[in-house]
Amino acid sequence: MSQAILEDITKDQLKDDRANFKVGDGVKVHLKVKEGSKTRIQVFAGIIICRKGAGVGETFTVRRIASGVGVEKVFPVHSPSIEKVEIDRESVTMRARMYYLRDRIGKAANQVKEKRLVDAK
Amino acid sequence: MNVALLGKKIGMTQVFDDANRLVPVTVIEAGPCPVTQVKSDETDGYNAVQIGFRAQKAQRLSKAARGHFEKAGVETQSELSEFRTNGDHELNVGDVLTVERFEAGQKIDVVGTSKGRGFQGVVKRYGFAGGPASHGSMFHRRGGSYGMCQWPGHVIKGKKMPGHMGDVQRTVQNLTIVKVVPEKNLILIKGSVPGSRGSLLTVRSAIKNKVRKG
Repeated sequence: MSQAILEDITKDQLKDDRANFKVGDGVKVHLKVKEGSKTRIQVFAGIIICRKGAGVGETFTVRRIASGVGVEKVFPVHSPSIEKVEIDRESVTMRARMYYLRDRIGKAANQVKEKRLVDAK
Repeated sequence: MNVALLGKKIGMTQVFDDANRLVPVTVIEAGPCPVTQVKSDETDGYNAVQIGFRAQKAQRLSKAARGHFEKAGVETQSELSEFRTNGDHELNVGDVLTVERFEAGQKIDVVGTSKGRGFQGVVKRYGFAGGPASHGSMFHRRGGSYGMCQWPGHVIKGKKMPGHMGDVQRTVQNLTIVKVVPEKNLILIKGSVPGSRGSLLTVRSAIKNKVRKG
């Protein structure tokens, strides 16, 4: 009963176009950034290593290597600041959370099984 | 004019604000609260408005309570509460207070009963540090010294000791209303409020709402 009320309140804040990306995907997150009165689009590209939570509080983590340093950003899935999430490459993962990528350095840090390679086999 | 409403805690969730930030909110189902009695200086010695909450079958109430509602001409309610006024309000018996009395951005106080924790030690109850866990320590989660010696010869009153924790009335002041949903009698308040889901709360306009200068 009370859970239904909570879902009802947050229902209109959920975005329909946020179901497509999953853990392991290489994505470009197009983020609206407000600078004074102007808004511009900032792109954060990386691999989704985690998607957790449910409803309006659902978040996903994007990891990238920026000038040799690992950077992770956590975004609310249904955030109005996100213009769109572009999927560069899909992958097949054996994990729900790809935290093992944190321990990898160099070339291995971006290596996940790409879907087209797996499909081809 | 200060106004109070009785309500039920629905639970917590998050909403996006104008700046697209996720804000934690508590959802409260408040009112509708019919006015069952208006107390005044002349008749009762103080000014107050009595309100009811949650309609209740008449047969579940005592005869005295039934008579009270009958006199007011209001449907029988399971909860009754009153809030003080300074007498200059325009409320009459039979009026119904709803969440429309509040608006987004307003500061409010929420009164509730905190969750009961049972019998607890001083570490959990008062945040005492406790003692070392190991190295031969035999003083793990104890509260230290209870007092001095022959003088004063007794434990000082109010000494923090283990005992029942929680299940007491608590007020959280100056919470901000994020949103009001009049058609569902809901208020969304930024932050948390005391008590478990489903517990009875009083929502009132903030009594210490200071307007910041400069």
